[in-house]
Amino acid sequence: MKSKEMTGKKIINFLSDNIVTIVFLVIAIIAIPFSKLSAQYIITNLVDRFARSAFLVFALILPILAGMGINFAMVLGATAGQIGLIFAIDHRIMGIQGLIYAALIGIPIAILLGWFSGLVLNKARGREMVTGFILGYFMDGIYQFFGLYLMGWIIPLSTAAVRQVRGYGVRNTLGLEPVRGALDKLINIPIKIGTFSLNLPLGTFIVITLLGLFVVWFRKTKLGQDMRAVGQDQVVANAAGINVDRTRILAIIISTILACLGQIIFLQNMGNMFTYTSQRQAGFFAAAAILVGGASVTHAKIINVIVGVILVHLLYITMPLAGKEIFASAMIGQYMSDFINYGIISLSLVLYAWRNRRNAELARASLRGAPEGGK
Amino acid sequence: MSEPLLSLKNISKEFYGNRVLEDVSFTINKGEIIGLVGENGAGKTTLMRILFGMPVIAETGGFGGTIELEGTPVVFTSPFDALDAGIGMVHQEFSLIPGFTATENITLNRESLKRNFMCDIFGERMSILDRAAMHNRAQAAIERLGVKIDPETLVSEMPVGHKQFTEIAREIDRKQVKLLVLDEPTAVLTESEAEILLASIRNLAAQGISVIFISHRLAEVTSVADKIVVLRDGKVVKETPAKNVTIRDVAGWMVGRDVKIESHERTPVENRVYLSVQNLWVDMPGETVRSVSFDVNKGEIFGIGGLTGQGKLGIPNGIMGLFPAGGKVLLDDKELPLNNARAVLEAGLAFVSEDRRGVGLLLDESLDWNIAFTAMQIKNQFLTSILNLFSLRDAKGMTKLAQEYIQALEIRCTGVKQKAKELSGGNQQKVCLAKAFALEPKLLFVSEPTRGIDVGAKTIVLDTLRRYNKEYGMTIVMVSSELEELRAICHRIAIVDEGRIAGILPYSAAIEEFGYLMSGSAKEGGAA
Repeated sequence: MKSKEMTGKKIINFLSDNIVTIVFLVIAIIAIPFSKLSAQYIITNLVDRFARSAFLVFALILPILAGMGINFAMVLGATAGQIGLIFAIDHRIMGIQGLIYAALIGIPIAILLGWFSGLVLNKARGREMVTGFILGYFMDGIYQFFGLYLMGWIIPLSTAAVRQVRGYGVRNTLGLEPVRGALDKLINIPIKIGTFSLNLPLGTFIVITLLGLFVVWFRKTKLGQDMRAVGQDQVVANAAGINVDRTRILAIIISTILACLGQIIFLQNMGNMFTYTSQRQAGFFAAAAILVGGASVTHAKIINVIVGVILVHLLYITMPLAGKEIFASAMIGQYMSDFINYGIISLSLVLYAWRNRRNAELARASLRGAPEGGK
Repeated sequence: MSEPLLSLKNISKEFYGNRVLEDVSFTINKGEIIGLVGENGAGKTTLMRILFGMPVIAETGGFGGTIELEGTPVVFTSPFDALDAGIGMVHQEFSLIPGFTATENITLNRESLKRNFMCDIFGERMSILDRAAMHNRAQAAIERLGVKIDPETLVSEMPVGHKQFTEIAREIDRKQVKLLVLDEPTAVLTESEAEILLASIRNLAAQGISVIFISHRLAEVTSVADKIVVLRDGKVVKETPAKNVTIRDVAGWMVGRDVKIESHERTPVENRVYLSVQNLWVDMPGETVRSVSFDVNKGEIFGIGGLTGQGKLGIPNGIMGLFPAGGKVLLDDKELPLNNARAVLEAGLAFVSEDRRGVGLLLDESLDWNIAFTAMQIKNQFLTSILNLFSLRDAKGMTKLAQEYIQALEIRCTGVKQKAKELSGGNQQKVCLAKAFALEPKLLFVSEPTRGIDVGAKTIVLDTLRRYNKEYGMTIVMVSSELEELRAICHRIAIVDEGRIAGILPYSAAIEEFGYLMSGSAKEGGAA
């Protein structure tokens, strides 16, 4: 009797803890047959897109571990990556060397920006997410000023294809042909089984695996342990002598560097860059993906990244076509997937707050009610 | 006996001209257990802060006297200095990380590490945790306490007793620990858990670790301590070997002041139960009420006293619907709805909160607003209706009301339009009282009415309560940490201990009796 109740409770807990992922899975399962896409098409696309964006999403794990929520300020790191790419294209460095060049320029900028946003987020304890979000917009302004006015004027731009027609500033859309697919095709293994064929971007997958191993390793380090401690209770961590502020800043700096590298990988796959908007999408996408994967504002694992990236992209691939079949308009499908994505971010945040309150009440349950044997 | 481990010599401390510690001296030998007792405000906390070099002490002008550790004078500028010197502290609240295991908590920030090549580049924090070594250390520390806890249990899944042991284990995991300060370590424990804890404390002392044991449960203090030090009003009033000392002796030293009770006559009380509280529990953080029952007669001033954190504040806050509560509360034989602040006010109760600036006042509003506000909300007074469609504030009525109370309670202000935040604490308290009186309540709860106000204002506040009781027959339940003021105006006084009523005494009872009830020794006392 009691064990039945227990399993019932366990099932309910499991469902409520993973509701976001389950909803997404259900929508995707419904959308797949409607889209009338072949398995081949879906899988090839999925593999390609996974390689494109998984790295970016990894950038969110450490700040969650350190109790700072979803690091919307990762947009700053993505910006740094884009700056690196602009220089690589402008200096006409091709292929994998171009990407490395972009990373070498981007990383120092990312460290600087990460340190800056870490400082700001430390001043905004408890409101890290919304502060990070606004920091992203703030950075947009600086980046635009930098890209539209300073580049080509104070900082020389030598390639005409990078310059705006008026003579200074970086173009709104930048072709990345010299570095396009440089990492994806570095080690490319074509797989062919019968009619099924697939290009496996092994280079990118190796990099993603290394990153995953880094995260696993990092959690075992002293710094990783300190981040977990700080993430759970800043006061206790501080009383134990852990430098809380510094630990949090380090979490943000690493996240920003990863976002920088992630954006470079993302853009080399895409092959072109919307100079002034690509970075913003990076933040939204990563947040949606990790939440869809079952992470919350306080807990994130590697598996959440993998599941999340697959599910979100599955939706992106199938929704436009499913929309076309159901509503006779691909636009509606597109709308739907955007709507669902943003909806899911809100839903996770609300659920998180609700769950927090529920747990707080559960924790105090023993203090309520007359204790047994009470007078 | 050789040199004492720690000696405190002539410690004194002032906070803004207010002397909280005066000439406190005592010594602790190796392996000795000192029971440190005293009422709230006796200076225990301040003394421990000084010992640990808390920054707040230096910020408020430092302290007088010297601390000697093994014969050499020491000055700690931060708690970490004290820890390094071998002094550990276990606080009343748990400072554990709930999502960590016992091992992780015990070795927090002192983890056993294995270096690797990354350390050379990025520093020591890149070392990998040596989980096996950490486990062994945790195991060893727990075993020293003489208890059984699996070091890999998550703290969040432990019973409270185990949390307390984990916390102590963390302190003794430090190799050089010589002295442990335990601040109310048994407060959250059940009796059997407390027994085990006392046994482990004796165990530690036998291993040569000295202990300062702070507790209000005098039975525990007398049973575990080798020596008892009693603080009262910042002075050591007694330092005695614990042998042959009874709980009543200690209780007497703790509260015994040579103050004669002002024998104001009390108004006669109707022999009719007006407020009846039955099995009340309240979930107020830090002031949890477990199960409380008492009756208040019509026309009585009923006092509720007890030490901070024992739950006396939870009683009015719970009945007034400000914190989740359960049980049964009857006013004039009608049951009051709990967890519904508005309904309780409508039923004729009023509450002057201990949180004057938070709950009590609209700080940015004028006095007339403040005084009329609750009456307006609850009784629809001071509103003029326009065509029965909507109502407007009756400014004239409010002004008149405010003026009446400003006069009656001698509120010092520039006029009814002055903002509440501009008044002194004492006058703010009078505004709170006026606000409650404006409701013309059947029964008034007053919580810590004289906290943080000067002596003159105190007298006026207490006199006002007494006058309303006498002139209007108002039944008052007054909660206060100050036994003296309860004894000055109440008819009967209940002492709350660990969320329960330890006993109810007439105001004229001997002060030692009250002290005894506070000492955690009279749990089975029940209503007297």
